[in-house]
Amino acid sequence: MCIDRRALRPWIATGLLLLATSAQALPEIQSWTTSNGARVLFASAPELPMVDVHIAFDAGSARDGAHPGLASLTAALLTQGAGAWNADGIAERLEGVGAELHASADRDMTEVTLRSLTREDALETAVATLAAILARPTFAPEDVERMRRNRLVALRQEQESPREVASRALWRAVFANHPYAEDPQGTPEAIKAIDRETLAAFHERYYRGANAVIAIVGALDRAGAEQLAERILGELPRGARAAELPPAPELTAARQERIAFPSSQTTILAGQPGMRRGDPDYFPLYVGNHILGGSGLVSLLMEEIRAKRGLSYSTYSYFLPLAQPGPFLMSLQTRNDQAEAAQALMLETLRRFIERGPTEEELDAARKNITGGFPLRIDSNADIVRYLAMIGFYGLELDYLARFTARIESVTAEQIRDAFARRVHPERLVTVSVGEMGAHGPEVARQ
Amino acid sequence: MRGRSLALLLCLFPLAALGASTVQQEVLDNGLKVLVKPDQRAPVVTVQVWYRVGSGDEHEGLTGLSHMLEHMMFKGTETLAPGDYSRIIAANGGEENAFTSRDYTAYYQNLASDRLDIAFELEADRMRHLKLAPEEFAPELQVVREERRMRTEDNPRSLTYERFNAAAFEVSPYRHPVIGWASDIEQYRIEDLRSWYRQWYAPNNATLVVAGDVQPEEVFRLAERHFGPLESETIEPIKARPEPEQLGEKRIQVKAPAQEPWLVMGYKTPVLATAKPGAEWEPYALEMLAAVLDGGSSARFSRELVRSRQIAASAGAGYSAFSRRSELFLLEGVPARGQDIATLEAALREQIERVRTEPVQPEELERIRTQLIAGKVYEQDSLFYQAMQLGMLETVGLGWELADTYVERISAVTPEQIQAVARNYLVSDHLTVAVLDPQPTESVATPSTSLGDSGHVH
Repeated sequence: MCIDRRALRPWIATGLLLLATSAQALPEIQSWTTSNGARVLFASAPELPMVDVHIAFDAGSARDGAHPGLASLTAALLTQGAGAWNADGIAERLEGVGAELHASADRDMTEVTLRSLTREDALETAVATLAAILARPTFAPEDVERMRRNRLVALRQEQESPREVASRALWRAVFANHPYAEDPQGTPEAIKAIDRETLAAFHERYYRGANAVIAIVGALDRAGAEQLAERILGELPRGARAAELPPAPELTAARQERIAFPSSQTTILAGQPGMRRGDPDYFPLYVGNHILGGSGLVSLLMEEIRAKRGLSYSTYSYFLPLAQPGPFLMSLQTRNDQAEAAQALMLETLRRFIERGPTEEELDAARKNITGGFPLRIDSNADIVRYLAMIGFYGLELDYLARFTARIESVTAEQIRDAFARRVHPERLVTVSVGEMGAHGPEVARQ
Repeated sequence: MRGRSLALLLCLFPLAALGASTVQQEVLDNGLKVLVKPDQRAPVVTVQVWYRVGSGDEHEGLTGLSHMLEHMMFKGTETLAPGDYSRIIAANGGEENAFTSRDYTAYYQNLASDRLDIAFELEADRMRHLKLAPEEFAPELQVVREERRMRTEDNPRSLTYERFNAAAFEVSPYRHPVIGWASDIEQYRIEDLRSWYRQWYAPNNATLVVAGDVQPEEVFRLAERHFGPLESETIEPIKARPEPEQLGEKRIQVKAPAQEPWLVMGYKTPVLATAKPGAEWEPYALEMLAAVLDGGSSARFSRELVRSRQIAASAGAGYSAFSRRSELFLLEGVPARGQDIATLEAALREQIERVRTEPVQPEELERIRTQLIAGKVYEQDSLFYQAMQLGMLETVGLGWELADTYVERISAVTPEQIQAVARNYLVSDHLTVAVLDPQPTESVATPSTSLGDSGHVH
């Protein structure tokens, strides 16, 4: 068992705020479009005989419609049968050449990733398998049934975790009828109802060239990368990019949801709609949040809640920028009997920060941390390919990384104060508590 | 990744994990071992300080003390105020953290490579000059109690795993959780930490690992400057406390709020550090066996238990040859819908029976070797991971050089050797079984339209 001393990063693993620039050699990003309309971003990395590929379809759970869990289940089924191979065949082909392949969905995108050696036979096998998985998944009835049943078990296991229960409740409360409201893993009712036809239709609609971005980083030259992108995506019809999602409405009033849960701690999440990728307030909000709750042990939340009072092991805040504004979110977890006090302190810390804004000293420390740490953010192929996929999917400028440090440097205290005042509204936050703190008041049955 | 829940609990090193090359080593006069692995791909460096002390060194009544001390290492020294350490690293664009296990406690900073000097200065300072002030200890103790609630008390599978270990090991200190028992944590005194710190935090009980865009000569020079003046300590090895032979199968049940049952089974097995002379191949055979069962989606558990027979929603096997004391060969799983724990347990036992009676197929071994060799290439994409292997191998006493030869040694394992270790060690008299028995978790929601109208807390 490993014990990390503290959670420096939010638990949500996708779409994090991974950003920053310096005098360091930046990856040289090349971009073009495949014959069927997919956008390619490529950076050559000749040092290691391997390649990383990330394919992002505009096919996140926001496209699930009446079937929460559809995008995610579709992704999970890709490796269960495609082309001439069943799940065993696919696994043997990939693992037989040491390739690693994953497919999953978050709210904005379905992402399929491949890591392979560039040795010819290995890459050839891995790419042929990947191409079939994307274009010709089988969705065999017995595989659909098995994956649905196992997903139902997984959903029940999620309900064992106060954090998961709180997270689902918060997203629902913040996004209400917006497509971001439901968890990408879906709901038991919807999972039970999804059939082969629904999956095949989702695949046919969204797994399309013009709806895809492919990022490639590895020991290839431009010609090799062009060929690779065509091989991987070439079988997909061109199709069209999915329609833009609607923005989520702002909340109109504060709201607290208390969920009784047999745990020794109460988990508290507070949130509201935050910002999107490419948001005009992105940099002031990012730097401001870094000070508030985004910089691990040295953040204001950590200082107030953990260092001074020992109330919580982990506490943080973040903006999750999505295609449309994702949530601004704050979190802690503490012993049930002190949950009210801890929640009040967390909200008070936010209010005070909005009121007074950052001090010059705090701003200086945040700038130094973000810009000084920039080389770490792009120090591996794994990091760079994630950036390329993000830049491509969200349509950010190709010089995004090159301009990052300068943009951080130029953020002023006044910009932060102004952006927080306009964009963060403590009087209209949703707060969710899961634990014994919620074990009173009128009770409402919950699935 | 749901099928890998064991990895979350155990920090198992994946098979494809180990590897390194071009490492340079120097030992300072005070006993500090310095390992340097140059890698010029990016202008960054990872600095890791590994102390050979963990929960496996702890006494009854003071379990979790190594982990508590790890927290206090961020709380000020004779010259630095509490929190200064983190502020200085942050101002230099660094990432920092630490981790504690049964066998070691390790601290790291990831930084731009021109900041190496700062990391060394801070690590050298807190190696011998920690303050351990009572006013910092009090709130941090509360933090650790919250950490235990979050990680263990409110997590049914963690809780089950904790009780499972305590049942499996009767004497070995591996019976204690790394974070410590709740009642021990409550009773720590600052004096306990002071003596634990004095006893173990010294250059001759540590390994400094540096990987990244550095010149070894320069690293050795800086290490001498910052760590060289530190006094070494007389390290009294703790008494061995070997686990006596288990005399029959053990079973426990853990009732906790949960939705799904969980099964975990563990057989007592040797590791490299405890292998009998001439039997050093055995731990490698056990690692290979774990991979045959659970080394990917093409391995037996996924193929047979999850997909073909649909007995398990997820199933895993785990074993690590790299601990300081004898370990368990673990199996775990969650029944598929409509199946139960008994069926799952029977299926896992059947899998074990099969490896005891039939040699594994050469194709299975070939596929694992291919994954291992590819993994050696992929791991070079992560400085942190490479440094971690060196530090871990050195600290558990096997020597960092093993990182270079691991794939070769495990690749030499034969089907007959796998069958032999299965026969010798995967025997029911040496087995412990734990079952998570889910208790109701009914949750209720009470939305209200405004804040502050919700009354008191129970």
